[in-house]
Amino acid sequence: MPDGKLIGTNYLPPDHIAKVTGRAKYAEDFRADGMLFAKLLLSPMPHARVRGIDTSAALAIPGVKAILTADEVPDLNGAEKALTNEPLYTGEPILAVAAVSEEIAASAIEAIQLDLEPLPFVVDPLDSLRPGGPNARTNGNVWGAPRPPAPGAQGPAPAPVPETVKWTDADFADDEGDPGRLPMGKAPEEWSFGDLDAGFKNAELVLDESFIVQSTGHHPMETRSAMAYWQNGKLYLHASTQSVAFTLANVARWVGVPPSDVVLICEYTGGGFGSKGAGAVSSAIPALLAKKANAPVMMRISREEESYIGRARTNMSGRARVGFAKDGRITALDLFIVQDSGAYGPMGDHRSAGNAASLIYQPGAMRWRAINVITNTPPRTQQRSPGPMQANGIMEPIVTKAAKRLGLDQVAIRRINAPKGKAVYGPPGPNGVRPHATSAFVTEALDKGAQVFNWEERKARSGKRQGSKVRGIGVTVGPHGSGSIGWDAIMTLRPDGKLYVQSGVGNLGTHSVFDLARAAADVLAMPWEKVEVVWGNTGKHLPWTCLSVGSQTTHAMTRANHAGALDAKKKLQEVAAMDLGGSPDDYELGNERVYRRGNPGRGLSYTQAARRAIELGGRFDGHVVPDDVNQMTKTSAAALVGLGLMGIAKDNFPRDGNTFSFVIGFAEVEVDVETGKVTLVDYLSVGDVGTVVNPRSLIAQLNGGSCLGIAHALCQKWVVDPQYGVTLARRFHYNKPLTILDIPNKLQAVALDIADPETPVGARGVGEPPVGAGYGAVLNAIADAIGVDAFRRAPVTADIVLMSLEHGRRMHEPLRAHL
Amino acid sequence: MDPVTRRAFIKGVIAAGATATSAAYLFRGPGALLGQTSAPGSVERLITLNVNGQMRRVDVMKQETLAMTLRYKLGLTGTKLGCDRAECGACTVLIDDVPHYSCSILTHTVRSRPVVTIEGLASATGELHAMQRGVLDEQGFQCAFCMPGFIMSAVGFLKVNPNPTRQELAHGVSGNLCRCQDYDKILTALMKGAEYMRGPSNA
Repeated sequence: MPDGKLIGTNYLPPDHIAKVTGRAKYAEDFRADGMLFAKLLLSPMPHARVRGIDTSAALAIPGVKAILTADEVPDLNGAEKALTNEPLYTGEPILAVAAVSEEIAASAIEAIQLDLEPLPFVVDPLDSLRPGGPNARTNGNVWGAPRPPAPGAQGPAPAPVPETVKWTDADFADDEGDPGRLPMGKAPEEWSFGDLDAGFKNAELVLDESFIVQSTGHHPMETRSAMAYWQNGKLYLHASTQSVAFTLANVARWVGVPPSDVVLICEYTGGGFGSKGAGAVSSAIPALLAKKANAPVMMRISREEESYIGRARTNMSGRARVGFAKDGRITALDLFIVQDSGAYGPMGDHRSAGNAASLIYQPGAMRWRAINVITNTPPRTQQRSPGPMQANGIMEPIVTKAAKRLGLDQVAIRRINAPKGKAVYGPPGPNGVRPHATSAFVTEALDKGAQVFNWEERKARSGKRQGSKVRGIGVTVGPHGSGSIGWDAIMTLRPDGKLYVQSGVGNLGTHSVFDLARAAADVLAMPWEKVEVVWGNTGKHLPWTCLSVGSQTTHAMTRANHAGALDAKKKLQEVAAMDLGGSPDDYELGNERVYRRGNPGRGLSYTQAARRAIELGGRFDGHVVPDDVNQMTKTSAAALVGLGLMGIAKDNFPRDGNTFSFVIGFAEVEVDVETGKVTLVDYLSVGDVGTVVNPRSLIAQLNGGSCLGIAHALCQKWVVDPQYGVTLARRFHYNKPLTILDIPNKLQAVALDIADPETPVGARGVGEPPVGAGYGAVLNAIADAIGVDAFRRAPVTADIVLMSLEHGRRMHEPLRAHL
Repeated sequence: MDPVTRRAFIKGVIAAGATATSAAYLFRGPGALLGQTSAPGSVERLITLNVNGQMRRVDVMKQETLAMTLRYKLGLTGTKLGCDRAECGACTVLIDDVPHYSCSILTHTVRSRPVVTIEGLASATGELHAMQRGVLDEQGFQCAFCMPGFIMSAVGFLKVNPNPTRQELAHGVSGNLCRCQDYDKILTALMKGAEYMRGPSNA
């Protein structure tokens, strides 16, 4: 932990004035002379083959400049392309038109004659697994386990190939009279550890429950609109991505040009939540249209189009058989997951869910089985806490029920199962050893939360009916991986006395894009006013940077920039020792100077040191760079050579374990048993997320992430018509997001601020763990208010509440995926 | 005169006997209203708009929405389009000091009525509006795509209720969505802006 003063304090991010005045430019805010507009022709069928396209009438319309079909889009080794000749879901783009106005482009779309051959389709994973059930793809319905690379194989992994898996009638009949019990047929993926049978034998209580975790669209406020033009053979693309540096190579691949021919500009991203992790494949459309039409092309994606191509969370149908000891300790966990990967994929959320369950509930023995089904529904991708959040949904109702049965407090049962320190998780690796976390302070977080939330006081009034209202409280531990390692940093201390930090991170408003520079500034004792962050444009020479997904950025890039700044510090000390005598270790940094310890007068100002570095050349000003940095970093450094003293390094700090963050959610709800309305009364999140880097932003992440989980518990869902394969939850209106009126008057959030011991800055990521915490805590609070058997799917809407209360049992259709 | 909403306009079109294919509406959208007209008989009209205190001459099609005029004709891209269907509020501007979704207002209906966008809040010399200062000081918003709409809604609401409770202000801006769901901090920031608007420096 450096002794700097910037880490851990609030600041005004350098982009905020532009945002508040409306000058911040998102992708759709750019214009270019002669700019055309693109419109998409979307598939009206959930699965079909294009037999023919007649564009003659469309091309005859004045103002139509180019039509792009799937044949003109580079093949991506079987992966999803921007356009297709075999649409796999309703709304999949088949072709695109560029015209001088959007209106003319839309008219051209109308004039295109499309000959589609309908193919079998399926929108519910269980329907696809039934004997004789349809396959979503012509070559299968299930993604198997990833194939190990062939010995000595080079290059990218082989493309995954779907398999066909059908369960038997007997598998489906084995529900012991309960239509809500998830059938468990053949599962292509499985792992286990410990003695499961013994775990169940020694259990005081064994519960076996099924739960449906819904899918929801990401729907960032900014859709995936993009504008592209070509200049001197280079593509300039204004697009919306979470990860600027990392997206470059994807764009190049999607468009079919080398990365050196692409400049990606994205200074502001209007939200992503995983849906724009490494850009959007659809951004290839304006790029290729612009090339074909030889003019800039703007592709505005409407909210409705975003419902189709904008990605969604994997839904999971889960069943867990769990053994509990008398004190609540989980002795055995048998977890079965049916994952819906949508039309593309394969997704791996089901694996993250298994790992997460093993981490936060620390079962004595566990088996995980899963089947990853393909359906003709819009594509899935990681959505804020992909997997762990679903694990919370499947597991939390069972843990809550067990505590009630065993007469245990809800906090106590989670405390006794909580991961501690270097907690192990998941299956044993090839070496027979189970992996472990870098650190976990969940017990401390639970204790802190119980105290701040006045848990005991609220417990006393929960479940007691007042008029038509009844209150309930719930608690959940939300986990998520929260940091990667091994990325690069570049910074230059220039003769103008400023530190320029190159940031390849996307700007989603989490401020990690700037926070990383504060880690560097602290090492160099640099005042924040003298730090310039260079971001948002791959033409500005960015270092090899992690994807901004999986809550990894803060951890990954504070480490890298700590390393880069240590390199700069070393060079400053060397330059000073060279000019002023002594050894580099005799020099320290302060007041924008490098000076002899104990003799501040004997030293160089940063301006002088930067000039000397340029004179010295070699590794001092970037002429020579470390061998171990990525090629992208080397290319960027080459463009920054000679500008000043360069700090450049790969993060080689050791790390024992894999980094996870934990957020505990505490919720109190009030349920109106006459109307079925659930109101969130109070909510607290407690973060075990390492050192606090940016307090205000951290609290915002805790609250915002919690709200996404709360929304999943209360209102957001996907609806897909099984008859026609049409997504009904289009736009916001049909898929109600949380509004400002759905949260309590004041959300509470606190952080433990305990440093992670395995990273020099102490920080772990935070964006995702609050989601599962919010989801589970609110579901648990509802169960506390109206009974643990009132529901087994989310969201728990008023109709579910009322039907259950009216009939005294769960009435809603039990196993449908998109209801 | 009340502004003509998109819904009322479409109703009118249907009543007049025009046809619209539902398939086009479902899967392709009616097409935004840009550039040249293609419908025979339609008339382009050069009108004068009062935007951010300036009189702007602009060529506007009959069916063009205010959001499109602002963004594509007047270069005022601070007004964002989040849904283009009056669901999210990102395009909120003030018309006669009242917040409106500019995606659902026809430009021709606001001739001679003062329109204020996010770009028009700061003074001509660049001094930020009290609400903008409040948002800066509390660092409301994350990705900030929804920010202009929220700020315009709040400024409009505060003209009616300058001293709201937190709950009242939440109701005042409840027509705006934020997908980062930074609502708690947004509300804190807007309350700070309200306080600054009441303050002596803005009396």
